[in-house]
Amino acid sequence: MASVHAYQQTGRVRFWDRLNISTKRVIWAWTFLALPILFYTGIRFYPTFQAFWLSLTNWDLLRPAQFIGLANYQKMFADPIFWKVFQNTFLYLLVGTPLSLLISFVIAYYLDRVRFMHGFIRALYFLPFLTTAAAMGWVWRWFYQPVPIGVINSVLSTIGIEQQPFLRSTTQALPAVLVPAIWAGLGFQIIIFMAGLRAIPGTFYEAARIDGLGDWAILRKITIPLLKPTTVFLVVFSSIGFLRIFDQVYNMTTNDPGGPLNATKPLVLMIYQTAFSSYQMGYAAAQTVVLFTILLIVSLLQLYVLREKK
Amino acid sequence: MTATTTSATELAANRRDIRPGRIITWTLLLIGGLIMVTPLLFMFSTSLKTAGQVYDLKLIPAAPTLDNYIKVLGDGRFMQWFLNSTFIAITVTASNVFFDSLVGYTLAKFEFRGRYFIFLAILSTLMIPTEMLVIPWYLMSSQLGWLNSYWGIMFPGMMTAFGTFLMKQFFEGVPNDFLEAARVDGLNEFTIWWKIAMPMVVPAISALAIFTFLGNWTAFFWPLIVTTSKELYTLPVGISSFSAEASIQWELIMTGAAIGTIPTLLVFLALQRFIVRGVMLAGLKG
Repeated sequence: MASVHAYQQTGRVRFWDRLNISTKRVIWAWTFLALPILFYTGIRFYPTFQAFWLSLTNWDLLRPAQFIGLANYQKMFADPIFWKVFQNTFLYLLVGTPLSLLISFVIAYYLDRVRFMHGFIRALYFLPFLTTAAAMGWVWRWFYQPVPIGVINSVLSTIGIEQQPFLRSTTQALPAVLVPAIWAGLGFQIIIFMAGLRAIPGTFYEAARIDGLGDWAILRKITIPLLKPTTVFLVVFSSIGFLRIFDQVYNMTTNDPGGPLNATKPLVLMIYQTAFSSYQMGYAAAQTVVLFTILLIVSLLQLYVLREKK
Repeated sequence: MTATTTSATELAANRRDIRPGRIITWTLLLIGGLIMVTPLLFMFSTSLKTAGQVYDLKLIPAAPTLDNYIKVLGDGRFMQWFLNSTFIAITVTASNVFFDSLVGYTLAKFEFRGRYFIFLAILSTLMIPTEMLVIPWYLMSSQLGWLNSYWGIMFPGMMTAFGTFLMKQFFEGVPNDFLEAARVDGLNEFTIWWKIAMPMVVPAISALAIFTFLGNWTAFFWPLIVTTSKELYTLPVGISSFSAEASIQWELIMTGAAIGTIPTLLVFLALQRFIVRGVMLAGLKG
């Protein structure tokens, strides 16, 4: 774009031509970066600082924001609902991440060795990853309905197991919401695990076989250690996903979002309600700062684990 | 990798597969895969049933009918949401392919002071969760009149650090000789990027495009916040509000969910190998 301008004005042409090649390239570089720098400043960095600032105010959309110090944080930490939500969020994380990684690793490990109809079976596992969580929330919600509507309860009743309340129960609702979240993510994790498995050089396995190691020993001594970068990536990726869970919960509990009795409410849903149902923007901003801190710790842990390896 | 091409080695591999243990593994994997798609099968099956048949949980409807689709698509709402989602996902994807590549290329192939700083600054935005930004974005949108507009839905995602990082990784693998040769031929830097460098990273571009499209097609949180008028809903927000309205008419809810699912499934079936490779690429390099 700089050159277009330059050629339009003869005076500029001489100026542009007089520059040496590396100066020209620096000008090109900053021209390419101009709009992106504006974007990242205005739409990423400035809002980040603004969120921190708003968390220290009592802004409610109606009156201008007033500085109230740490009052939002005091209110939050004194709020039993916040701690319930905090606990739920970590339950999603601490159950969802290990469970989904274990399942996807086992499937990837065996699927990798299968040749017959490999593409078809892989597609079956991958398809749910392409679905919309908002839509699937409703499909699963239907699955969980009592007899005669719900599929799961109907199956249970035909094999003689009593009906389960699922989404209506304060203890079963959270796992019931977690299942579709795990289900939707498995395909992605399986594909990434298989890519990681393929990246392990075959010579390692041959050497191990010559040494007389069995399948189990090879898995423990070669496959799992060499798969560590892939596993760390997936742990972080899915941890962040579970910490930010929202779509499934919102859609599976629309009549009482996060219910029953906040049993399924994750932090992001609490943020959504505080900000866009009760319009306590300052208070909601303080909650987003907590989410930010948790995600930051998870990301830093990843860096730490990866560094340790080198 | 592929099940369709049968080379000599694969035939040998197939022969090795035929052992009891292998057969059991294969069968279990198939059963697991079928369980994975069961929710989708039930969704499609119920979308073809009448209200009276919903309670009969047969997977194949006794008398399949497209009535639900006619009913749901009839008032044009879903069509509108479908078009909104398509337009938004395509525009955001195009923007990401253009800008993320341009920035990734600049950071990979240009020498200038501040390059590392810019790279770190962009990378650091990966740590900022969207949820933290939605309140300032909402404020910004209401001040600038972006609420309830396509631009309001799209602007937060026009560039991403993930895409920039991915493209930078790939541009680093492009040999400088090609770019130098183009420079000697007198091409300007923009043309060199667009005509010489971009065609050399097509796999990365397609991976980025797949991820961006899918992410925006299924996006729910921000569109839910920024849109209040039904005409501007994206498909996921539309499905959610439609389903809440439909209450216990499960056959209609399943039809809405199916309409939201069919397009991505069709695209996947057409481009399966391509998409799986793209996901692997993005996952390993990103």
